[in-house]
Amino acid sequence: MADNGDEDSQYKIKEGDYVVLKRGDIYKAMQIQPRKKVIFEKQWFFLDNAVDHLYSTTFEIMSGGTLQPKKPKDTASSNDAKEAGTDNRNIVDDGKSQKLTRDDIETFKEQGLKDQEIIQQLIENSTTFRDKTEYAQAKYIKKKKKKYENTVTILKPSCRILAMMYHGREPGKICHLRYDTLAQMLTLANIHAGSKVLVFDTCAGLVLGAVMERMGGYGSVIQMYPGGGPVRAGVESFGFPAHFHDMLHEFPICHVNPLLAGTLDTTAKDPNADEKQSNKATEEEQNQPKAEQQGSPEERSMETNAGDDAGQEQEKKEKEKRKEAKAQEKKVKLEEKRKKLAAAAALLESRNADGLVIASRFHPCPVLMGLLKFLSPSRPFVVYSQYKEPLIECYTKLREHGGTVNLRLTDTWLRHYQVLPNRTHPVLLMSGGGGYLLSGTTVAMDRPKPAGSQRVEEPAPKRLKLTDTEG
Amino acid sequence: MSFVEYSDFIQDGDVAIVYLSHDSMMPVKVQQGAQTQTRYGVIRHSTDLIGQRYGSKVTCSKGGWVQVLHPTPELWTVSLPHRTQILYTTDIATITMMLELKPGSVVCESGTGSGSLSHAILRTIAPTGHLHTVEFHQQRAEKVAMEFKEHRVDHLVTVRNQDVCKDGFGVTGVADAVFLDIPRPWDAVKHAKAAMKKQGGRVCSFSPCIEQVQRTCEFLADQGFEEINTLEILLRVHDIRTVSLALPDFGPDPSAQTPPDANEEAPPPTSAPNHTSVTLKTTTPPREIPGHTGYLTFATKPRT
Repeated sequence: MADNGDEDSQYKIKEGDYVVLKRGDIYKAMQIQPRKKVIFEKQWFFLDNAVDHLYSTTFEIMSGGTLQPKKPKDTASSNDAKEAGTDNRNIVDDGKSQKLTRDDIETFKEQGLKDQEIIQQLIENSTTFRDKTEYAQAKYIKKKKKKYENTVTILKPSCRILAMMYHGREPGKICHLRYDTLAQMLTLANIHAGSKVLVFDTCAGLVLGAVMERMGGYGSVIQMYPGGGPVRAGVESFGFPAHFHDMLHEFPICHVNPLLAGTLDTTAKDPNADEKQSNKATEEEQNQPKAEQQGSPEERSMETNAGDDAGQEQEKKEKEKRKEAKAQEKKVKLEEKRKKLAAAAALLESRNADGLVIASRFHPCPVLMGLLKFLSPSRPFVVYSQYKEPLIECYTKLREHGGTVNLRLTDTWLRHYQVLPNRTHPVLLMSGGGGYLLSGTTVAMDRPKPAGSQRVEEPAPKRLKLTDTEG
Repeated sequence: MSFVEYSDFIQDGDVAIVYLSHDSMMPVKVQQGAQTQTRYGVIRHSTDLIGQRYGSKVTCSKGGWVQVLHPTPELWTVSLPHRTQILYTTDIATITMMLELKPGSVVCESGTGSGSLSHAILRTIAPTGHLHTVEFHQQRAEKVAMEFKEHRVDHLVTVRNQDVCKDGFGVTGVADAVFLDIPRPWDAVKHAKAAMKKQGGRVCSFSPCIEQVQRTCEFLADQGFEEINTLEILLRVHDIRTVSLALPDFGPDPSAQTPPDANEEAPPPTSAPNHTSVTLKTTTPPREIPGHTGYLTFATKPRT
């Protein structure tokens, strides 16, 4: 296998890249920006030095917040087994076993001692370390290492890493969707390249990003969004190449009923829709769903310019000019938005989507019943809810309505293990629950038929009139 | 029809999934002139299947009906002919995410077994990825290769009939991910490493026994693998039921507050039949569930 330098370029950290910082089990998503102070795990530093290094490199945080690639030697443990006790009968918790004080340790840190050296000091000044069993010693070192470590690993983002990051850091933002539950959703919905998938996601865009990753830029994803604009902070964190965004469409759910009724007019301007579109535009540009700054980036940059007191008059004219240009730009933008809406509407109108994924803080029932109409027969769908009861309601509705088979309400139980020689056991803490899923497959709706041809197992749908002419 | 691309209509030569009930599905090779027996009667391929839309209802000769579904790896997993113990969707979903599979990934797998996981991998890595799958049992290797062809995914996969512990995967430095489901996974750790890209990748080993896990983890660590993590995942199904719970009768309660006018007209309501029970929708667990499939050990191969 011939390897050359060029092959590595895609593995190199570049300015502007979206990356994930990692230390132990802690992750944080970031963008590499020049001279930007980053705070991670109570330490601040700059990512500038990471540029041009390879992904998955571990860096040491030096004084002044600069990063330096860690030499592989450092990771080798310097603590060879020396002396060890047989059990803990002689160990008393009197709080006196450690001779070093907090101040001593702070002084070590100021002197620039490495984590390894600090731990060595701690061990040497511990009166009980030698009496601990070999296993307890290993545990002690591991614990201290975690505390005094000053390294950070920079990773390329992936669905696995981001799902674990969100679940660990901000579960509230993703409706407590556990990573393995997300994994089930992607598989149960048969997400793959080349299909047309509807996504309704109020989980910061994590689910949407995961779906896009699995589609690899092939096919189309239509994000059905509630309210003013789609939330996509999570999608940004994936750092997808530009062409991935070509497959992403968006459609506001407030237009679903008009679309189904055939009254959605995407040619003329609907002032109400325009307003919403422009809100969306600003929100998108900020990349932060929570940032509630009014005005477009142009406006903000104008404000900073206005701070200069030189040439006020000139400034005023400029301002007006820019206002005009901005109005024009806005017009163009709105036109673009309208075109995009029309394109998304066209994708939906054919009602032949290949998959539906719902994960939101909304009641799943109306969302599911509203969006299922866009699927072809024999296509999978999956609905996530943090709670079981709304999914029971969905199930009941679907059974009444007909048009689906293979319905299943599930959740997954996930347990991690500590695997060490003679010390293998489940990890003491485990997640109590990762949310619930209702999954199923669409089938062609029944035409009204004389009763009696139905099997008992599948009760006759009660609302037979809801066929494909519904709306 | 293909396992990596949907189509709308059933065609001659397709593999369709006949859905009888949620725990009974069967794959059918659609052939002009052929017939398939089901418990609801005969399905005639030429008239009942070919040209029909996937997802339509097909009325069988005895008057019962079934649904005909487009194949997916998940439907295949619950309907495929077992030649070995197979991996199920819950584990497969976890493996797919934790191995970071996506379109374009190059994956090595051993053993192929009945191909349950293989189909799910192929679905995810299409249209630009490739699966190198190694199976030491000759008939199984041949059979699965034939299935890949029938499912129109053979352009994405290479099946090798060899022993992975002795001969490896037959490729070096190409894989983004390796999956091991073999009795002695530790013997294949070196081969897994050799098969992987120098830039690194992810590996997974599936083992039912903890002793296998123990040993595999030691070998992985020795070979320089990082982020070694073992987990276990189980599916919990919630069957939705309408249940009726009887209310106990404690006799008339004189201290109970009742509206003064209703007091005279209505006799003690506790004896009225429509108040003796409450009906509600709830879920129950199945009486028995698979409580263990296997431990999943994941690790990252660093750049070498």
